[in-house]
Amino acid sequence: MLLSLEPRGQQSRPMLWFSPVLAAALTLVSGSLLFLLLGLDPLLTLHTLLIAPVSDLYGVSELLVKTLPILLCALGLAVVYQARIWNIGAEGQLLMGALAGSAVAVNIIDMESRWALVLILLTGVLAGAVWAGLTAWLRTHFNANEILTSIMLNYIALNLLLYFVHGPLKDPAGMNFPESAMFGDASRLPLLMEDGRAHAGVYFALLALVAVWVLLQRSFVGFQVKVLGLDKRAAGFVGFREKRLVWLALLISGGLAGLAGVCEVTGPIGQLVPQVSPGYGYAAITVAFLGRLNPIGILFSSLLMALLYLGGESAQMTLNLPQAITQLFQGMMLFFLLACDVLILYRPRLNVRWARRQAAPITGAV
Amino acid sequence: MDIDLLSNIFFATVRCGTPLLLVALGELVCEKSGVLNLGQEGMMLFGAVIGFIVALSTGNLWLGVLLAMLAGMLLSSLFALVALVFNANQVATGLALTIFGVGLSSFIGAAWVGKPLQGFEPMAIPYLSDIPLIGRMLFAQDILVYLSFALFALVAWTLLKSRVGLIIQAVGENPDAASAMGLPVLRVRTLAVLFGGAMAGLAGAYLSLAYTPMWAENMSAGRGWIALALVVFASWRVWRLLLGAYLFGFASIVYLVAQGIGLAIPSNLLAMLPYVATIVVLVMLSRNALRTRLYAPVSLGQPWQAGH
Repeated sequence: MLLSLEPRGQQSRPMLWFSPVLAAALTLVSGSLLFLLLGLDPLLTLHTLLIAPVSDLYGVSELLVKTLPILLCALGLAVVYQARIWNIGAEGQLLMGALAGSAVAVNIIDMESRWALVLILLTGVLAGAVWAGLTAWLRTHFNANEILTSIMLNYIALNLLLYFVHGPLKDPAGMNFPESAMFGDASRLPLLMEDGRAHAGVYFALLALVAVWVLLQRSFVGFQVKVLGLDKRAAGFVGFREKRLVWLALLISGGLAGLAGVCEVTGPIGQLVPQVSPGYGYAAITVAFLGRLNPIGILFSSLLMALLYLGGESAQMTLNLPQAITQLFQGMMLFFLLACDVLILYRPRLNVRWARRQAAPITGAV
Repeated sequence: MDIDLLSNIFFATVRCGTPLLLVALGELVCEKSGVLNLGQEGMMLFGAVIGFIVALSTGNLWLGVLLAMLAGMLLSSLFALVALVFNANQVATGLALTIFGVGLSSFIGAAWVGKPLQGFEPMAIPYLSDIPLIGRMLFAQDILVYLSFALFALVAWTLLKSRVGLIIQAVGENPDAASAMGLPVLRVRTLAVLFGGAMAGLAGAYLSLAYTPMWAENMSAGRGWIALALVVFASWRVWRLLLGAYLFGFASIVYLVAQGIGLAIPSNLLAMLPYVATIVVLVMLSRNALRTRLYAPVSLGQPWQAGH
C-alpha cells in the first residue's frame, strides 16, 4: 500500500484536539463539494449556512436558544460516555422532560407564584432521570444492552408524547390542533433580553457546565466513572461499585436531558407541541464526541451544532435546501472525527521506495 | 375470531416481518464474523430512498432494488473503512453511520416525499395460495417476500453447512487463530459488512417499493435497531432469527387484531408495542449473562489488526 499506518506507541496529545478541528474542516470541504454538485455557489452557501444566521443580535440570541438543549444533553452524555455506558436515549429523556413538565404546567396555568416554574422544572428533570433510570435498571438488573433499550425508549417516549398531545393534554379550546394550552406567565422562563427568545435557561446550562466539569475533572466520583470506562475489571478490583456508577451516570445524564426538554417547553415554545425537538438528543451524541467528552470542548462543539441548526433553517428559507442538511453535516462530522482519530494512535506514512528502510514498522505497545 | 381474520393476520405478520428478517440476516452474518455494525437503520433508510428515487425515475422496480442494495453496500464500505481499517470504535462508528444515513436520506429524499409509486404487487401462486390459514401467508405475497425466503435459506445453509460459514465463524470466534491458519480476517470481515449493507439496502427497498410504496423521512421507524435486538434474541442462531422476525412482525400488526376484535386503543399507544416488545425480549434473554456469553461470537465488537 502507498499509505501505511504506523503505531505511535502512545496517544498524541496535539492530535487529540486537532482531530475534531480537522473533522469540522473536512465536513466543510465535503459540504462545499456537495453544493458544487447541486449547482450552488459553495462560498455563498456556506455564508448562508454559517455566517448570515448570526450576523445580528437576534441571530445570536437564537444561537443561544438552540445551544441550550444540545449543550445540556451533551454534558450528560459526556458523563455516561466517559463510563463507556452507551446511552443513546438523550432524545427520549428530553421528550419525557418536556412531556412531564407540560403535564404539570397545564394543570397549574392559573398559579401566579414563581414556584410554579420551579415545580415544572423539577418535574422535567425528574422525568428525564426516571426515563434514563429505566435504562439503568434494565442494565443493572437484567443485563440488557443499554444501546438497544435506550433507543427503544426513545421511540416509546415519542409515541407517549404524541398520544398525550393528541389526547389528554390537547387544548380543548385549541380548534383540535395537537397542541396543549399555552402555559401561564408564571410557568415561563424569563427572557434574557428584550428582543429575541434567549431565556434564563442559559444560566442552568452554565451551571451544568461547571458542575459536570467539577464532577469529571475534579471529583472522586468522576475518577471512578473514568476508570470504569477505561477498564471495567480494574474498577471492580479496586472496589468501585459498577452498578452504582451506572445508575449515577445515567441519572445525571437523564436529568440534564430532561432539563433540556422542560426548558424548551417553558422557554421558547411555551406549550407542548408534537415537535419539541428536531433531534437535539441525537445531535448531542455527535457534539459529545466532537468535544472529546470534555465540558469545555462540548461548549464549543454545541455552539457549532446550534449554528448548523440555525444554518439549516436559513438555508431552507433562502436557498430552498432541505433542512435535513443539518443532520447530514452532523453525520459527516462524526464520521470524519472517527476517521481522523486514527491519527491519535497512528502516524500515516507514505511508502515511497527510497524511504522504505525508514518506513519499516516500529511495533510499539498500543 | 373467524378464519379470514386469522388468515389476514398471518399474511400481515409475514409482510411486516420481512424487512426485519432481511436486515437481521445481514447483521447476523456481520456479527458472526465479529463485527458489530450499529448502522443498520442508516443503511436501510439510504437504501429505501435510493430504491424509491431510481424506481420512480426509471419506472423499473428491479433497478431500484439493485441500486438500493448497492447504496447499502456503499455506506457499509464507509463503516468498513473507519471501523476495520482505521480501527475506530465499532459502536461509535455504527452510530455515526446511522446518523449520517438518516441525514443523507432525508436530504436526498426531501423532494420525493409523498410522491405515489406503483410498487411490487402481491403474486398469488395458483392453488397453493388457496390453502386455508397459511395459504395467503406463504403463497400470496409480493416477490420480495419470496426473495426473503430464498435469502433466508441461503444464509442458513451458508452458516450451518458450508465451508464459508465455518470461515466466518472462525474469524468471529478467534481472529488470531483464524489468521494464524492463514484466513484473511480483514477481508472476511469486510465482505461480511458489505453483505450486511446489501441486505439492509434490500430491506429499505422492500419498505419503499413494496410495503408502503412511497418515501417518507425516517420511514424505517427503528426497524434497523429492532433487527439488532433480534440477533440477540436469536442467540446468533439463524432459525430463531426467522421466528423472531415474524414475532416482531406480529407485534407491529397488533392494531389489526385489536380492530378485528373491536378494541379501541389509541394508535399512538399501539405503535409503541414493537419497541416495548423489544425491551421485554432483551430483558428475558439477557438476564442470564452466561447464555449471552455462550452464544455471542467471542470477538464481537473488538477491533483486530494483523500482527498484534
